[in-house]
Amino acid sequence: MKRTLFITLTALCFAAAIFAAPAAAAAEEIIITGSTTVLPVMQKAGEAFMAADPGISLSISGGGSGNGIKALNEGLCQVAMSSRDIKESERKEGKGKGVNAVRTAIAVDALVPVVHPDNPVKNLTVEQLRGIYAGRITKWKEVGGKDENIVMISRDSSSGTFETWQELIMAPDRTAPSALSQASNGAVVQAVAGNRRAVGYIGFGYLNPSVKKINVNGLEATAESALSRKWPIARELYVFTNGAPAGAVKKLTDYLLDPQKGQKAVAETGYIPLSGK
Amino acid sequence: MSAQSFPRFPATPHPGYVASAAAAGTRAGLASQNTLYDGTTSRRETEAGTGAHLMDRMQIRRIREYLLFTLLRLAAFVNIFALFGVCAFLLWNGLSALSWEFLTEAPRNSMTEGGIFPCIVGTALLALGSLGVSLPLGVASAVYLHEYAGASRFARSIRLGVNNLAGVPSIVFGLFGMSFFVIACGFGISLLSGLLTLAVLTLPVIIGTTEEALRQVPVTLREASLALGATQSRTIVRVVLPAALPGILTGGILGLARAAGETAAIMFTGAVFFSRKEVDSLFSPVMALSNHIYVLATSGTDIDKTRPLQYGTALVLVLLVLGMNLVAVILRDRLQQRRRR
Amino acid sequence: MPVASLRRETAVRRILAVIAGCSLLFLGMIMLFLFIEGLPLFSTVSVSDFLSGMFWYPTSEPPEFGIFPMLVASCAVTLTASAFAIPLGVMTAVWLTEVARPGVRRICKPLIEMTAALPSVVIGFFGMVVAAPLLQDLFDLDSGLNLFTASLMLAFMSVPTICSVAEDALFAVPASLRAASLALGATRRETTVRVVIPAAFSGIGTACMLGMSRSIGETMVVLMTAGGAGILPGSLFDPVRPIPSVIAAETAEASFRGEHYRALFAVGIVLFLFTLAFNLAARHISEKNSAGGR
Repeated sequence: MKRTLFITLTALCFAAAIFAAPAAAAAEEIIITGSTTVLPVMQKAGEAFMAADPGISLSISGGGSGNGIKALNEGLCQVAMSSRDIKESERKEGKGKGVNAVRTAIAVDALVPVVHPDNPVKNLTVEQLRGIYAGRITKWKEVGGKDENIVMISRDSSSGTFETWQELIMAPDRTAPSALSQASNGAVVQAVAGNRRAVGYIGFGYLNPSVKKINVNGLEATAESALSRKWPIARELYVFTNGAPAGAVKKLTDYLLDPQKGQKAVAETGYIPLSGK
Repeated sequence: MSAQSFPRFPATPHPGYVASAAAAGTRAGLASQNTLYDGTTSRRETEAGTGAHLMDRMQIRRIREYLLFTLLRLAAFVNIFALFGVCAFLLWNGLSALSWEFLTEAPRNSMTEGGIFPCIVGTALLALGSLGVSLPLGVASAVYLHEYAGASRFARSIRLGVNNLAGVPSIVFGLFGMSFFVIACGFGISLLSGLLTLAVLTLPVIIGTTEEALRQVPVTLREASLALGATQSRTIVRVVLPAALPGILTGGILGLARAAGETAAIMFTGAVFFSRKEVDSLFSPVMALSNHIYVLATSGTDIDKTRPLQYGTALVLVLLVLGMNLVAVILRDRLQQRRRR
Repeated sequence: MPVASLRRETAVRRILAVIAGCSLLFLGMIMLFLFIEGLPLFSTVSVSDFLSGMFWYPTSEPPEFGIFPMLVASCAVTLTASAFAIPLGVMTAVWLTEVARPGVRRICKPLIEMTAALPSVVIGFFGMVVAAPLLQDLFDLDSGLNLFTASLMLAFMSVPTICSVAEDALFAVPASLRAASLALGATRRETTVRVVIPAAFSGIGTACMLGMSRSIGETMVVLMTAGGAGILPGSLFDPVRPIPSVIAAETAEASFRGEHYRALFAVGIVLFLFTLAFNLAARHISEKNSAGGR
C-alpha cells in the first residue's frame, strides 16, 4: 500500500518522493563488487540466498575485477568478485591498509572465441587467434574465410577477461589498439551478433545461438574440456574477502560452494561448477 | 503596425508582396511570409516603369531570399524532426515495456526481468537531493552577484568561475566526485557522494537562471521598498525574491532535469549496477535510471533479451526529463506573457 | 539607520559573498584534486611521452600511457560534429530570429531547447541501437560504431547549445540596424546576410566555441557510439576512442592510486584544460563583442 501510494505521489508530484522514501528494515548488508564475469553467478545465487536468509541483504555491482579488489582494499566492499588472481601490487596495497585478501574459487570459466553465425570459419589455432588480435592477420581469407576485413572485438583493458585473454592467448604479443573495446561479455556477444565480420571472445556462460563458437586447435569448448584443463583458455573465478570468510560473508561463501545451491546457480548461468566440492 | 512588433517584421502578409511573389512563381513558402518593405519597393519600381531589367533583378533577389529562407526553415525542421524522431522511436519501442509492474517492481533474475522501481527512487533522490543543496547555494550566489556585488572585481572573478564551472565536462565532475566525496571525505559510493557531485554540476544552471530572474525584477520595486525604509536584505527577502520566484522555480526545475539525466557524473560516485537493499540512508548506494540504461545496454548479461527493459527505462527517463522541461517552459512562457501585459 | 541593523546588513552581505565564492572554490577544488591525483604520473612518464605516445596499454607490464590517438580522436570527433552542428545551429537561430513568425517561434524555440535536455545516455543509446546498425548496413562498413556515428550524435546534442547562444546574439542586434537596411531597399535576405549576421558575428563565434566545448567533453555519447579503438582515424568511418570515453570506461576498474588511476586523472587534466581553453575563448570573444558593441 505504501509503495502504491509512493508511486502515485512520484507521478503526481515528483517532489513528494523524498518524504515518502521507504525506510527499510535494518538488515545486515554485504556489499559485493567486481568482475562482470562473476556478476551473473552472484546475482543468480544472491537472489536465492537473500530469499533464504532475509536477515542479510546483498548489494551487488559490476565494474571489473580490478575495481572489486580496489574496493576491497579501500574497505568499500566486503566481497570482491574477480575473474583473475590478485596481483602482487594489489596484495601489497591491501597490506598497507590492513586488508588481507583471501581467495575462494567458486567456478571455472572458459573463454571462447566467437564469430557471427554466417561466418564459415570453424576452427582457429592459438597462433591464428594471436595473429588476428595482434593485428597481423586482417582478412578472414587468411584463415579460411571470406575476403572481408576482420573486425576484432576486445574487452576494456582492465577487465579480468582481457587479462586472461592476454595471458593465455596473446603473450608475448599485445592486443592491437585497433580492436573495438566493449564493456562486458554481453556487449561482445551483442557486437559480434550484429556484425558479420566480427570476432570476439567471451566467457563460456555467455554463449548463445546469436553467435557461433570457434574451436581452438581443433578442440571444442565444453564443460568437460574446460574442467579437464584441455581447453587452452580456461580459468577459475574467485571471490576475495578480507581475511577468511566469517559471519554473514561466510554464510554467503558456503552458500556459493554448496553443490545443491550456489553451484547450481553456477551451472544455470552457464559456467562450469567446481568438481568434487 | 505597433511599435512593439517593429523589430520583428510585421506578421500580416502585404497584398502587393503576395502578388509579386506569385508572379515570380515562388508562391509556396512565401505567401505565408511577409515583407512590407520589399513589397513597397517593388511596387514603386513597377509604377515608375523602370523596365523589365530591374524587374528581373528584383525577382532574382526575391528568389535568392526564398532559397535562403527555405534552407533556414529546413535546418530548423531537421532539428525538430530529429527530436521528434528520437522521442517517437522511444515511444514506439518503449511503450510496450511500460506497465504498472515495470514501474513498481525491482529487477529480477539478474536484471533481465522485473521493473525499475529502485532506479526511479534513486533518480528522484539524487535529483531532489542535489537540488536541495544547489538551490540554496545557487540562489544565494545569484542574489549576491546581482543585488550586492555589481561589477566589482570579486564578482567578475566569481562570474568567470561560474562560467567555467558550467563548461567542465560531466565526466570530470565524476572524477572529482570520486576523489573528493567518495574517497577523501570517506562517503563511499553513496547517495550522498552522488548528490553532492550533481549539486556542484547543477550549481551554474541555478545561478544563471536565478540571476536572469532577478534581472527581470523592475528596479522601481526595489526603490519603492528602500524608500519606505526597508533595509536591503529585507527588500530582497520580501520584495525581490517573491517577484523573482517563478523564474527561480524555472531554474530549479531545469537543474532537477539536468541532474536526473546525468550519467557520467554519478557512474563513480553514487550509482551502482544492482542494489537489492532499499535506500535507507544517505550512505546507501543507489540505482539510477540513466546508469541503468547504460549498464543494461553495454554490460548486461544478455543485452538482446533486456532490450525492452532498456527502451522502457529510456522512455521513462526521457518522459521525466522532458516533462520537467515542459513545466519549466510553460512556467517561463506564462511569466513572459504576464510581463508583456 | 540603527547600528544593529547596519551591522546585520554587513553580515548578510559577507555571508552571501562567501556562498557566492563557493563556485570559485569548487572550480579550484576540481583543479586541485585532478592535479593531486594526476600529476604524480609524470614522475614516471614524461609529459611529452604522455601526449605524443601512440599506445595506451595501462595494464600490461610495463604499462604504456600514450594518449596521442585519443587526442586526435577527440579533435576529429569534435570537428566533424561541428561541421554538422554549427551550420545547422546557426541557421536554425537565424530562422528563429529573422524568419519565423512570433507564434511559430514561441513553439519552436522551446522545442529546440528541449533537445538540449535529452539525457546524453539516451542519445548514446539511440546511436548505439538505431544509428550504428543503420549506417553499418547502409554503407557496408566494418562497424557502425565509428567516428561518423559518434559525430552525428554529438552534433544532435550540441545544436541546441549553439542555436540558443547564437539566437541571443542575433536577438541583441538593434532593430534600428535592420530597419535602416530595409529602408535602403535591401531585401530581408540581404539584411540578414549583410547586416544582422555580421553584427552578431562574435556572438555566433561564442556559440560555436561553446558548442565545441560541449562536444569535446561529452562522455556517454562517445562511450557508447565511437567504437573504442585507440587508433589514429584514417577515415571518417574508423572506430575511435575519444578522451572522455577512456576515463568513463576505465576509471571504475583502475586500482586506487596506481599508475593507471593516476594516468586517468592526467587524462582528466588534459580534458579539463581543453574545455577550459574553449570556454575562455568563448568568453574572450563575447567580451570583445560587448566592448565593441557599446
